[in-house]
Amino acid sequence: MGDHAPLLDARSISIHFGGLRALAEVSVQVYEGESLGIVGPNGAGKTTLFNCLCGQLRPDNGSVSFAGRPIDGLPSYRRARLGIARTFQRIEVFPEMTVFEHLMVAERARRGDGRLWKDLLNLGRPRRDELENVEEMLSLVGLSDVAMTPVAALSLGHCRLVELGRALMLQPRLLMADEPSSGLDTRETQVLGDLLRYVQRERSVAMILVEHDLDMVARVVDRAMVLDFGEMVAEGTLREVMANPEVRRAYLGRGA
Amino acid sequence: MSSFLDYAIPGIPYGCGFALLAVGLVLTFRATGVFNLAFGAQAFLSAFVFDLLNQYAHWDQPASFALAVLVVAPGLGLALDRFLFRHIPTASSTAKVVSSLGLLVAIPEMIPIIFGGRTRHRIGYLWLSPNLVYFHLGSTPVNGADIATTVITLGVVAALLAMFRWSAAGVTMRAVVESRRLSQLEGVNASRVAAGAWALSSTLAGLSGVLLLSQSNSIDPTNPLAFTTLLVAGITAAALASMESISVALLGGIGLGVLENVLVKYLPPGSVLATGFLPSLPFAVLVIVLLANPRLRHIEQSSDPMASVDPPPPPPAVSTRDPRLAAPMKWGFRILMVAFVASVLTWVPGNWVFVLAQGIVFSVIFLSVTMITGMSGQLSLCQATFAGIGAFTAGRLAEHLGLSVLAGALVGGLLAALVGIVLAVVVSRVSGLLLTLVTLAFAIFADNVLFQFSWSGGGITGVDVPRPAIGPLSFASDRYFLVLALVILAFCMLLVVLVQRGTVGRYLAAMRGSPGAAASLGINLTSTKVVVFAMSAGLAGIGGALYGSAEGPIASTDFSYVLSLVWVVVVITTGATTVEGAVQAGMAFAVLAQVLSYLPSRLDGLEFVMFAFGALTYAKHPEGIVEYQKARWLARVSRLLAAWDARHPGSGQPSLAGSGETASAAPAGSVELSNG
Ligand SMILES: Nc1ncnc2c1ncn2[C@@H]1O[C@H](COP(=O)(O)OP(=O)(O)OP(=O)(O)O)[C@@H](O)[C@H]1O
Ligand SMILES: [Mg+2]
Repeated sequence: MGDHAPLLDARSISIHFGGLRALAEVSVQVYEGESLGIVGPNGAGKTTLFNCLCGQLRPDNGSVSFAGRPIDGLPSYRRARLGIARTFQRIEVFPEMTVFEHLMVAERARRGDGRLWKDLLNLGRPRRDELENVEEMLSLVGLSDVAMTPVAALSLGHCRLVELGRALMLQPRLLMADEPSSGLDTRETQVLGDLLRYVQRERSVAMILVEHDLDMVARVVDRAMVLDFGEMVAEGTLREVMANPEVRRAYLGRGA
Repeated sequence: MSSFLDYAIPGIPYGCGFALLAVGLVLTFRATGVFNLAFGAQAFLSAFVFDLLNQYAHWDQPASFALAVLVVAPGLGLALDRFLFRHIPTASSTAKVVSSLGLLVAIPEMIPIIFGGRTRHRIGYLWLSPNLVYFHLGSTPVNGADIATTVITLGVVAALLAMFRWSAAGVTMRAVVESRRLSQLEGVNASRVAAGAWALSSTLAGLSGVLLLSQSNSIDPTNPLAFTTLLVAGITAAALASMESISVALLGGIGLGVLENVLVKYLPPGSVLATGFLPSLPFAVLVIVLLANPRLRHIEQSSDPMASVDPPPPPPAVSTRDPRLAAPMKWGFRILMVAFVASVLTWVPGNWVFVLAQGIVFSVIFLSVTMITGMSGQLSLCQATFAGIGAFTAGRLAEHLGLSVLAGALVGGLLAALVGIVLAVVVSRVSGLLLTLVTLAFAIFADNVLFQFSWSGGGITGVDVPRPAIGPLSFASDRYFLVLALVILAFCMLLVVLVQRGTVGRYLAAMRGSPGAAASLGINLTSTKVVVFAMSAGLAGIGGALYGSAEGPIASTDFSYVLSLVWVVVVITTGATTVEGAVQAGMAFAVLAQVLSYLPSRLDGLEFVMFAFGALTYAKHPEGIVEYQKARWLARVSRLLAAWDARHPGSGQPSLAGSGETASAAPAGSVELSNG
């Protein structure tokens, strides 16, 4: 996989909040169809890294390119249109909408189809192919029977699936999932893991997975890297990484 | 050079008033996240109380000062904190601004109701007499009030800075500003600190009001408008300071005062520019500051590393309407409409026909608030200005080109939309709060300058907007005009509903739910907001033209910026998220004004006060208190129906029983309850 250019290439990303250095010279490469796990203790900067990659935060230093073109100046909606989709660690759903509407709005956004005049002429109703796409995604993420429920009435596990389905509606080339299993029970985690693996293997979507649940990481990712205090301390296969003494110190030194 | 100083020196004490207000704004914003527009009204209240005690009750200055500035001002600040803002710490900044806006409208309207109207005899002053010249700077005479204002302002700000640097209370306050959550973990009582900030900044606002009393004849303690203009100057100075630095806010305020005075020298005396531009100078400066100061772009983003601990703001109530209610409601509405039109055409007395027509026209204008505030979650304070643009355009086109008023209304709407686009693009890079401030400043600018020219609003002389006619069909009589307005309203409602249900509406709903997630789907929030702002301005323009046509001759005072504030407050109270809300607002606004006109004239502003208090509930019930109550009643009826179903299995709607619908209705209902 290493012989062609990476899909996502982020080099020496640094950012600080006031006096706090949240990321220091972190580089990430993800290849087409590959899945990368990022692990690290709380506050290591994993979510901050996501935010820098998807354009929600501007790093102080460093550059990001996607599919061979630099995307440093692009706002997050432009990056999304290039094919970077994400989910959020703190659930970010649209409380007024049903599950179906979440997917539909993502479908519309993917087509870049939000013209006011079309709405005024009542041309904004869902078309058949859109409905088919949404139905298909609903059954893929297993939300068909709650499709018409407002998300405000759904459990956390369902909301995570809504976020995942919504991100996948964009037909992304790269999916970034931020602790998708946090707050879920073992059964729900199992389902989610299967789903991620399916998406990544069968649809060959490249993936970055931030996760505390190492079983899940082991099942889904090809390669892992470890962040601690904003610095990358190890990179390799998950087994290599977890054997690294520095990683054991970062995790177990404080955790155990 | 010396003549330059002659103009600049009097600007210093004048600017001190702005500076104190700006410092107060920065202080509360930093400590509590509230951008308190009500400081304008609070300054007015203290000035009014001071004047009342000093001039009418013949108290001496220290006693009047003590009560007005040291008791009333901080007392009001503490009350606001205790009864309002403390309960909405995690509300969006728009919700907080709406609450302060309600106060900005309510306080000045309540004063004449409580104290009765007063006219002013002579100028009160706080410490040294403005009639005594103490010395000359160059050739500029410096009077007692100038000295007093400058010395007091500088002294107070210096004391404040010293407090922040050295005293324990100041250090605690700085910690809370950095991270409310972390300092709470350290055992700091953040609510007490917030209360302190409220008391302190309200005192500053009160002091600024009292000091400005003696500064200028134009600031009349019975005229709250003067204090709103003062507020915009304060906002500008606070923006200059990036909402951060107290000393920059001080310098910014003084600088504005000086600039205003120096410009007097260079502008042609007596021209519209000279009389109108000066009060709206802060607008120009504010726009420049917003564009040039990149630090303002992110002032609303929390920099608290512990912010994620806060619970998210309450989601809007999920409406649980039993599907069986839909048909009776639809038919009830249709029957009501037919009865309404029939009544208007037959037995309703003439003066009430006019009131109802006004209500319909207001409804058209208020749909623009539904779009901008209800759908896009932004607060625009210049809807009356857009309405004015529409009205004056239609009037002038009819006057000069003989264009039909209906065509004129369309052109006016387009023009308003264009202005809206320019405004929205200017502020598109900055956050929602700044849009609010820029629109307020723009409204004041339009009121003072744009509508004063003889080719536009014609100042107080005004413009005549005729009643429309289509071919031989004339709508000159109120009854026919009402029917025409109703048709236009229905059409506008349809447009708004189409947008609401269409893609743009869904994008906006996504944006209201989570801007970050909406952007992560590839939705361009900026352009969506600009488009909606333009359409909203266009609707206001069309509604404004109709309003002009209903009223006959109209003048700039009919579209005063204060109306924008009032309108927003009215719509927010009745419900800004639905088209019905706008219609309720329009009818209620017109009808209530008519009903209250039967009461003693002292109660003139009562309807404003009522709506303004309604708006205070916005943070808790963003869908509007009236819509909220309606939803509650419908939910209650739905529950009764469901209970009936449970007791009588087999009746009702068997088709629903097995499907997902009933399963989803129960949790949805419980969400609605937990918000209540
Ligand atoms: N907007 C912000 N302002 C200030 N500090 C921030 C901000 N966002 C994150 N931080 C800080 O940056 C550091 C990294 O945070 P981040 O959320 O990226 O960690 P994380 O690895 O995702 O942790 P977790 O496993 O808990 O999700 C933390 O110390 C956090 O407090
Ligand atoms: Mg995280």
